[in-house]
Amino acid sequence: MNLTYIKDSFEQLKAKEPDSLVAKLRLEGFRAFDEAGLPTKRTEDWKYTPISGLFDNPCYLAGDTPQVSLELKTIDAIRLPGYQAANELVFVNGMFSPLLSTIRSPKNQLTVLPLESAAKGIYKDLVKEHLGQSSTYIPDGVHALNTSFIREGIFIHIAQEQQLDHPVYIYHIADARQRPILSQPRSLIIVEQNANVQLVETYHTLGASDNFTNQVMEIVTHKDARLAYYKIQQDAANASQVSTTHIRQVGRSYVRAITVTLNGGIIRNNMNIIMEASGNEAHLYGLYVLNGHTHADNHTLVDNLAPNCLSNELYKGILNDHATGVFNGKIMVRPDAQKTNAYQTNKNILLSDDATINTKPQLEIFANDVKCSHGCTIGQLDENALFYLTARGIPKADATALLLQAFALDILDQIEPEPLRLYVTQLLTEHLTNPRK
Amino acid sequence: MLSITNIHASIEGKQILKGISLNIRPGEVHAIMGPNGSGKSTLASVLAGKEDYEVTKGSVTFLGKDLLQMLPEDRAHEGLFLAFQYPVEIPGVSTTNFIKAALNEKRKYLGQEPLDAVAFMKVMKEKMAMLQIDQTLLSRSINEGFSGGEKKRNEIFQMAILDPRLTILDEMDSGLDIDALRVVAHGINQLRTKDNALLIITHYQRLLEYITPDFVHVLYNGNVVRSGTKELALELEQRGYDFIKEEAGLAETL
Repeated sequence: MNLTYIKDSFEQLKAKEPDSLVAKLRLEGFRAFDEAGLPTKRTEDWKYTPISGLFDNPCYLAGDTPQVSLELKTIDAIRLPGYQAANELVFVNGMFSPLLSTIRSPKNQLTVLPLESAAKGIYKDLVKEHLGQSSTYIPDGVHALNTSFIREGIFIHIAQEQQLDHPVYIYHIADARQRPILSQPRSLIIVEQNANVQLVETYHTLGASDNFTNQVMEIVTHKDARLAYYKIQQDAANASQVSTTHIRQVGRSYVRAITVTLNGGIIRNNMNIIMEASGNEAHLYGLYVLNGHTHADNHTLVDNLAPNCLSNELYKGILNDHATGVFNGKIMVRPDAQKTNAYQTNKNILLSDDATINTKPQLEIFANDVKCSHGCTIGQLDENALFYLTARGIPKADATALLLQAFALDILDQIEPEPLRLYVTQLLTEHLTNPRK
Repeated sequence: MLSITNIHASIEGKQILKGISLNIRPGEVHAIMGPNGSGKSTLASVLAGKEDYEVTKGSVTFLGKDLLQMLPEDRAHEGLFLAFQYPVEIPGVSTTNFIKAALNEKRKYLGQEPLDAVAFMKVMKEKMAMLQIDQTLLSRSINEGFSGGEKKRNEIFQMAILDPRLTILDEMDSGLDIDALRVVAHGINQLRTKDNALLIITHYQRLLEYITPDFVHVLYNGNVVRSGTKELALELEQRGYDFIKEEAGLAETL
């Protein structure tokens, strides 16, 4: 079985620079993985998302796959609009590829290093302080598995007082043309004081074998930093993923995170915002438009540890065919977090009798002077609006697409860079008007 | 132009229309009046093709074609227009884009080239002036936050752009003050031609003071119980619907 392969692979990796910081983290990770095992349906946080089945079939870690030679034109095909002015970072099968990556920002603004190198050089204290903090929040075996295999990860540092003109695009490519792949990208991103950055992540699986991406990204924002984070999930049906984005706002900073999920197999997003300093602000948006058998699970956490923080969260879903959506929005307000403002909304449209949505707000409040609200709706397309449009001569299929796009609009409007917004709008239009490719 | 023969329709098993027949020729204005619940709006919905209603018996021919076999969008393309009693608010869809799409769908259906932005704007501008509609209203989402009068004016504006052969006005005067009613009625009158027809569905006689009908039909309990000229509307205004109900009740017991 696959677990044996994972254990064997870890034993081999363990021997590599055993005294290094990363090796020690790996070891802790593997112990945690061994102890926790893979989550099952009885694990509360994984109740609606069956993940263990993904480990039943064989799949291979990047280190064990033959050296991949990707042609540049493969990357051309998945480049995001505006790439000419972007820093483009490429992961292949979960490993950072400096060769395929392009840095366009000047050195005094942006540093990009392989994670293991960063852990040894001038950034070693930063890496030591911040890498692996997400483990305390996510004790499950999937997260631990990523930590067990930290390898060719990436370290991104945005220097103090630097407003990055060039956004950072991260392309995750999995080459599943020869055999099934287990990709485990790992990254640590530090946004220093009064720095400003836009991050965009996208995923692309080549070939017909399965790809399971198990990603962990840790981001730290310091005082007066601004982070805009976009995740665009438009991958093949044979591509599943668990994707953790763990953002710690250690100084009073501003974060906007937008997750758009259109295509894939089983997808689980953990979006954690840890408000560690007073006066933090975070806006989380999500749009999942699913058809076929796609399963998308958005788990969000906003943990208010400090007072005077504001968080606002809006996730919207459209579910067709046999698709399944899960939304679990947790807001924690710790005893010290007085004057917290935390809002959360989840709205869903079900288009098919066979589609499913499980939605759960989860508020745990231990302070007494706070404003928190949550709400969720599940409905169908507005028949009266549909009739109004068709009675004016808009064909039913077009009218449906128009109404669904209108439903998605307040999320799409949150995508600030215009080329990216138009790109995602176009993806959505195609997704709504053509059935699964 | 429109020929309704013995139409029966029901919703969720409940019979609403019970054998209506009606003939409308080009250039004519027909008014359908009746008390609440008599089936007036159901008739409008059935003609426009709302799915909720099931036609159990009868036929409707529109410009020589079987209307009931057509999709709602094709009915629109053939020249049928329903001005809604309650125009729907659709946040996120711009009014201008919607009207342009509707017009170009019709042109496509008729085998015409779609209008480009410039040509479309020209048509828009012309009709906007006629109905005293402001540009800002049209750049907003469909009917979102519109006043009652703005919604109805928007309906007639769409009618002006789409240039239908037969327009059904469903309770056009509801929610309108007297000034708004005058503007809307004036717009409708300007759009009248000898080739087009109007079917006015209304509870009150008020609108008919501005748009003079050639024929008035009284609907009660799913059927036309009385037809006449515009004087019938005045009679209803004076006497109320009770005498109609009594007559109909009498007829049923006989």
